[in-house]
Amino acid sequence: MNLITLTVVSILFGAGTLLLLQRSLAKIIIGLGLISHGANLFIMLSSTGSGGPPVLAEGVDASSVADPLPQAMVLTAIVITFGVTAFLLALALRSYLLTGSDEVEDDLEDRRIARHEVEHR
Amino acid sequence: MSWLLPALVAAPLLGAALTLVLGRRLVPQRIVTLSIVGGTAAGAIALLLHVDDAGPVTAQMGGWPAPFGITLIADRFSAIVLSVSTLMLAAVLVYAMAQLGRDAIDWWFHTKYLTLTAGVTLSLLTGDLFNLFVGFEVMLVSSYVLLTVRSTQREIRSTMSYVVINLLASALFLVTIAFTYGISGTMNLADLSIRLAEVDPAASQTLSLLMLVVFGIKAALFPLFMWLPDSYPTAPTPVTAIFAGLLTKVGVFVIIRTQTLLFPADEPSGLLLFIAGATMTVGVLGAIAQNDVKRILSFHIVSQIGYMIMGLGLLSIAGLAAAVLYITHHIIVKTGLFLVAGVVEAEYGTGGLDRTGGLLHRRPVVAALFLPLALSLAGIPPFSGFVAKLALVQEGLALGQGAIVAVSLAVSVLTLFSMTKIWGATFWGEEKESSGRAGRAELATTGVVLALSLAVAATAGPLGELSLRAATDLMDPSVYVSAVLGGN
Repeated sequence: MNLITLTVVSILFGAGTLLLLQRSLAKIIIGLGLISHGANLFIMLSSTGSGGPPVLAEGVDASSVADPLPQAMVLTAIVITFGVTAFLLALALRSYLLTGSDEVEDDLEDRRIARHEVEHR
Repeated sequence: MSWLLPALVAAPLLGAALTLVLGRRLVPQRIVTLSIVGGTAAGAIALLLHVDDAGPVTAQMGGWPAPFGITLIADRFSAIVLSVSTLMLAAVLVYAMAQLGRDAIDWWFHTKYLTLTAGVTLSLLTGDLFNLFVGFEVMLVSSYVLLTVRSTQREIRSTMSYVVINLLASALFLVTIAFTYGISGTMNLADLSIRLAEVDPAASQTLSLLMLVVFGIKAALFPLFMWLPDSYPTAPTPVTAIFAGLLTKVGVFVIIRTQTLLFPADEPSGLLLFIAGATMTVGVLGAIAQNDVKRILSFHIVSQIGYMIMGLGLLSIAGLAAAVLYITHHIIVKTGLFLVAGVVEAEYGTGGLDRTGGLLHRRPVVAALFLPLALSLAGIPPFSGFVAKLALVQEGLALGQGAIVAVSLAVSVLTLFSMTKIWGATFWGEEKESSGRAGRAELATTGVVLALSLAVAATAGPLGELSLRAATDLMDPSVYVSAVLGGN
């Protein structure tokens, strides 16, 4: 069970990193989403006794109780990432409306240096 | 006093809600925001006086005893940083109000500013790793919105990289949290300090490095600083000023807190000193290559972070005390310098060095504000930067770390050089056409910040002793641990 989850986490991180390195803003945002999912799943891996209810009642063996804390943390993290991703999408839309393209623009400094090199060749 | 801790976080949040309800009514909005931010600053100073006198104050949220619930804690270190930060928040707020209507600062500014305040106080006061994540996010989300107020193409481009890198850092932070929880089963920093001492050194070293990377991105350490000079200069002046003064310093605060509390060591760390030296050098070289006031100053933020990490890297009481003093000095001076840059922009409509000049003759008062702050940044006596740098250099030499001392002194000379570049182009030279005039309120607020920076220099004796006491607590994690967990 843990090995499967761990494989999923590593695939999510790998795919997310690959997308993050693209020039299209939409792909970057999807990549960040994948990485966040990987991180959230990873937090779930740190909990114990998965599958059982997170209730320590009388007569229940403490080792079979699911740890509620990672679940609470993941829930918080999901909400935060969701909000920030929504903001990022709005930024990307605004950027698209302003420039007409979905690509990350060149860095101003980079462009200046490139021009400098061409002029002095 | 323990009621004050949650109040310092809750009051700005409640205020933010209240300003939303008030809508576009400007006068009540100003009254609410100013009184809450001012009240937070007053509370922070009262807290500092109390903590210095009676030891750390803690508050257990929801009444849950220490390792189970969320703990808020103020020790000397956090109280010092909190006091300076909230004072700057109040000063910049006045400056921003004077600018209201210009530079796209409008009625909704107050709400964002209050949530930013809450994020900063929560990040500084929390004693829980996951709560720290929440505090960071509250602070960052407010900063995203404040950076994009004008929504011009330039701003969107620079904020995009800022948001992406911070979102990635947050994901890494979550991974670190998962590792930490998996290894130790706790999120409480004091409890972690005890449990991490018992785990495999390899595991705790991995955690230490992971935390250094995560918080290093927030603090703009070498080689993770690229986002900063790109995103800060495009925002309106009050926003840039408060970000420059506070946000990276909260990162530095957390680095110092986690490295001293969770991974105690008592001899100089080669890795940290190398990072410190590289951060200083790369930052100052970047600054020299720029020709816009705000961009020069932004690169100097990176460079100055190196000095604070140098104090941490020495890992001795005097070294940490110097770092604390440096943070205090830096938050004030950096904020002040950006406020002056804002005045220059108000005069010329730009901060580009080639389009400014002759300000000394037309507005000598601006020059009088800039000069002491710039000299202080470079570490020229008798200004506050000198005191802090002297403490660092002395301790570095005492510990036989000649290399980093040499680097730090060379970087100081280069800092002075790039300050003279601003001075020469903006204040001297032939007069260039000006497009406006900075208001009295802006100049007065900058004057107050300058006065605070001079006060740091004037009270360097008592402040130095206070930093020493704070550093003594930092080097002895049991102070923090027993304050949170009680007894033993």
